[in-house]
Amino acid sequence: MTVIETRAKRGDASDGTGAGGTLGTRLSRVEGIVKIKGAAPYALEHRPANLAHAVLVQTTIAAGRVRAIDSAAAAAAPGVLLIITPDNALPLKTATNWLGVKPSEGPYRPLTGDITFYGQHVAAVVAETFEQATEAAALLNITYDEAPAIPSLDGAGEGTVVDALSADWGDAAGALAAAPVRIEHEYRTPREYNVPIEPHGLIAQWESDTLTLWEPSQWIDFMARTYAEWFEIPFDNVRIISPYVGGGFGSKGFAYPHGAIAAIAAKMLGRAVKLAVTRPQTFTAFGGRAETRQTIALGATREGKLLSIVHRSANETSIKDVWAERCGTVTGIMYATPNFSSRHSIVPVNTVTPGALRAPGENPSAFAIECAIDELAYEVDMDPLQIRLLNYTEKDQHANKPWSTRQLREAYAAGAEAFGWSKRSPKPRSMRDGRQLIGWGVAAGTYPVRRTAGQALVRILADGTVEVASAGIDMGQGTYTILAQTAAGALDVPVDHVTVKLGDSRLPSAPVAGGSQLANLMTAAVHKAAHAAREELIGLALNDPNSPFQALQANTLVIANGRIAAPRDSGPGISIADLLRRIGRDQIEALRDTFAENATNPDDRFRNFTTITTMRAPTDGDYSMHSWCAHFIEVKVDEDFGTVRVSRVVSALDSGRLYNPKLAESQWKGGIIMGIGQALLEEGVVDRRNGRVVNNNLGDYLIATNADIPDIQVISVGIPDHHASALGGKGVGELSIVGVAPAIANAVYHATGKRIRDLPITLEKVLQH
Amino acid sequence: MKNFAYLRAASLAEAQQAAARPATMLLAGGTTLIDLAKCDIAAPETMVDITHLAGLDTIALDEQGVSIGALARMSWVADDPGIRRHFPAISEALWQAASAQLRNMATIGGNLMQRTRCPYFRDPAAFPACNKRRPGSGCAAIGGVTRNHAVLGTSPSCIATYPGDLAVALVAFDAEIDLGTRRVAIDDFFLLPGTTPDREHAMEPGEVITAIHVPASPAARRSTYLKVRDRQSYEFAAASAAVGLELAPDGRTIADIRVALGGVATKPWRARAVEQALKGKALTAESVERAAPTAVEGAVDHGGHRYKIDLAPRVVARAILAVGGLA
Repeated sequence: MTVIETRAKRGDASDGTGAGGTLGTRLSRVEGIVKIKGAAPYALEHRPANLAHAVLVQTTIAAGRVRAIDSAAAAAAPGVLLIITPDNALPLKTATNWLGVKPSEGPYRPLTGDITFYGQHVAAVVAETFEQATEAAALLNITYDEAPAIPSLDGAGEGTVVDALSADWGDAAGALAAAPVRIEHEYRTPREYNVPIEPHGLIAQWESDTLTLWEPSQWIDFMARTYAEWFEIPFDNVRIISPYVGGGFGSKGFAYPHGAIAAIAAKMLGRAVKLAVTRPQTFTAFGGRAETRQTIALGATREGKLLSIVHRSANETSIKDVWAERCGTVTGIMYATPNFSSRHSIVPVNTVTPGALRAPGENPSAFAIECAIDELAYEVDMDPLQIRLLNYTEKDQHANKPWSTRQLREAYAAGAEAFGWSKRSPKPRSMRDGRQLIGWGVAAGTYPVRRTAGQALVRILADGTVEVASAGIDMGQGTYTILAQTAAGALDVPVDHVTVKLGDSRLPSAPVAGGSQLANLMTAAVHKAAHAAREELIGLALNDPNSPFQALQANTLVIANGRIAAPRDSGPGISIADLLRRIGRDQIEALRDTFAENATNPDDRFRNFTTITTMRAPTDGDYSMHSWCAHFIEVKVDEDFGTVRVSRVVSALDSGRLYNPKLAESQWKGGIIMGIGQALLEEGVVDRRNGRVVNNNLGDYLIATNADIPDIQVISVGIPDHHASALGGKGVGELSIVGVAPAIANAVYHATGKRIRDLPITLEKVLQH
Repeated sequence: MKNFAYLRAASLAEAQQAAARPATMLLAGGTTLIDLAKCDIAAPETMVDITHLAGLDTIALDEQGVSIGALARMSWVADDPGIRRHFPAISEALWQAASAQLRNMATIGGNLMQRTRCPYFRDPAAFPACNKRRPGSGCAAIGGVTRNHAVLGTSPSCIATYPGDLAVALVAFDAEIDLGTRRVAIDDFFLLPGTTPDREHAMEPGEVITAIHVPASPAARRSTYLKVRDRQSYEFAAASAAVGLELAPDGRTIADIRVALGGVATKPWRARAVEQALKGKALTAESVERAAPTAVEGAVDHGGHRYKIDLAPRVVARAILAVGGLA
């Protein structure tokens, strides 16, 4: 028996494949309508019976100890059910972290009197209503013994070098000293926050030793494992339900202290407990992007050819934990240089532990190197695009491996052409529109291809429709849609006959929706499972005594548009539903994974879905694999006011094959928009006297509005990369933010002659430069 | 948020009566009141809902000027053809304020009563010291993050910026606030912080804003509102200027000029020194640029907001030149 291959090459989508809603076509988001109607339930909208409400209380000092918490007034307030403090909170067990390490065997205390940052949770009040809990929370009288704090990276010292992040080749210092042209500058990025439109929070409910959590999640399996280990219950006893996620940008992959507190409250009370983290509290309930500083020294020939790069960088981390915002990840792979040295340090300050925010590492890394190469271009009087092409690297020098695909040259060409780069006047301050100085800037970006094994369940149901199931999630990036497309294509059924179920820990496990890996690993798994289901269906149709095809003695059958037929039969065949009914099957089910053939150890599989230890490095194998992009950006600067407006963006991007160009373009544009906010607006401002982030709300922490965003043109220059993934895609979600901020900073320099090396580029920096 | 009694006023008289009682606040659009309640700043015992009171939401225009009912929504006033024609600065100030959603909810009276965005004022748990909230407790802003604080009209007690846009346009054109039983010139309605920053308006208990009257003038008719900020929309002004201009029949001599500043002062700030310097002079780029720096006479620098001292005169100059057809 053979199975006819799914026809994969047809249609006219950008990657040359796909038709009728299958992979490669511009299908709109399948869950779009329910979201627009407000009919998609988000975690906190769930209403279990007998729900109690928890409100967090955060510290008002950055360092020291809680001396006492007087809760008498709060306890007497109307509706109060429970006040949780460091003294009475159930101690939990320390859970395995995302690196597969258990930091200690001691207890885990989500509330502690040992204070290391402003806004640390110190208590929670649970009441019948949210308002009662809020009111009572304000009545807690907390006294502290305050200790000196380090509010931010400034004045926090040099920190500790992370040896694992060091990279060296050649003689960087010597070559720099001998280089005819040398430039050296410091670049800085501030604390930035994820601020998803759905703030964090959860509903926790216990039934004996089973814990159900309605909580938005980018990584259901890891979060479920964390809760299970905290409470010493079996993994299968934790159910996390997260069918819709209102954005995460890296911030919804972990179970945080507020989750532990809600689950503790639910256990102590024996009631379902809802805990909504307020927007101001989200600024310290988990970390955003760490503040970074980088110094880049470039040595070059007078013709602009790089001779050496010396890179020193640092990021803030918390007092108690380590977060490395790896500022060297782009520095060493973007340009060819015979000599290179990079060191990265972490510097403890009194902050919540920073976390992942769209392209952690690559984002600040690209800001520094892409500004520095621009500065070098002016130093040697060369076009900023030309200097990038002159120093183009044909291989990953650090890993000493060829690229799997690197369409960056094509990105430069396509972007420059669409933007009209050749019409650029080279000198700063030489382009103008009335009172507005005009600047054109370019910068490149990159993001690694991350690979983890996945799995998926595909069911052909009695009515002929298809169900795809995974604990993987959709936070707006399009998982529902592309998995429906994958299954529809593999099974040759109409895409609207496919239902995708996601975001529930009862469904087959999935790795993190992070590192821009989920689309690749899930399409691979669904493709495989759908083919297995198809194979089983055809096998039954050929062999089952009740099948109308059994008598044909054929060796294969054709499935098309939800119908099954003999290959040479000119008739319409029968529907899949009809066939299943005749052979007495209510469904056909295939669970498949993309593990290596011999990887069947359950512990290894569990580790695969609940840690990142099995995530393959982009250089694991024969190639170095990355997505690439080039941004061409026009700004208008009103020099009297210092205001910078982005007036045009053309970006050409190589994400390999696009499974759905419409959704990929949306993600690219979203990343570019976020990058515009990062370049011009976003900054967590700390009051150095007490360590408080004073702009901890969306009125004062500015992200881009519609009015700040011009029309954005994105151009796909990718080609299928089958080294990177089974179906040829590379990463989409994080790539496009990388390089936006330096392209804008470079454009501001071109407009004004002012080189602003610390983000965001606010009006006073332009005025006072 | 604390519990409060909700009273739906049957009449203006009942609202006035209720407003005379302590710890009582009026509820109109609610956009700022609810926000302040969430910040634990507004904690009224009684909220008096006046949104439904008849006759308070009209916009009446005649040769003398315009009367804008206190309950007219920001978006209505911004879009009113008469306002746009005779008071363009008012329309422009409104549509550059807040967001579309807020403008559709918020009322004109409530807009005048909005309170400062000073983060130290708005965060009682983190910063107990605030003379505006708790007289005598000190000012946490001084010595803190002052990027958005006032450089004009400050005192050692308070450097909080008046946040609004509309009132800046109103103060330029000598509007009067109608409190039902009396009218107060808008420049007198808003108070300097001095030693009593908790007292922001010249309103007595029991008084309710019923309308705003703006006299018609050639300067108001030829006016603009220029708002400068990092974000194109939904951000308070780094500096703003409301400017009106009347030229003499020669087409170049400045017969009348009105200049007011926003985003830089503790109250809507009439820049009379700029007006005096330009009145009777020829309108030229040079004369305007020479006069504009007087807009920030007396500015006091507390650090992070220093750029406003440079920025405000530039905004004033650009606005004058724009309305004069020279920008």
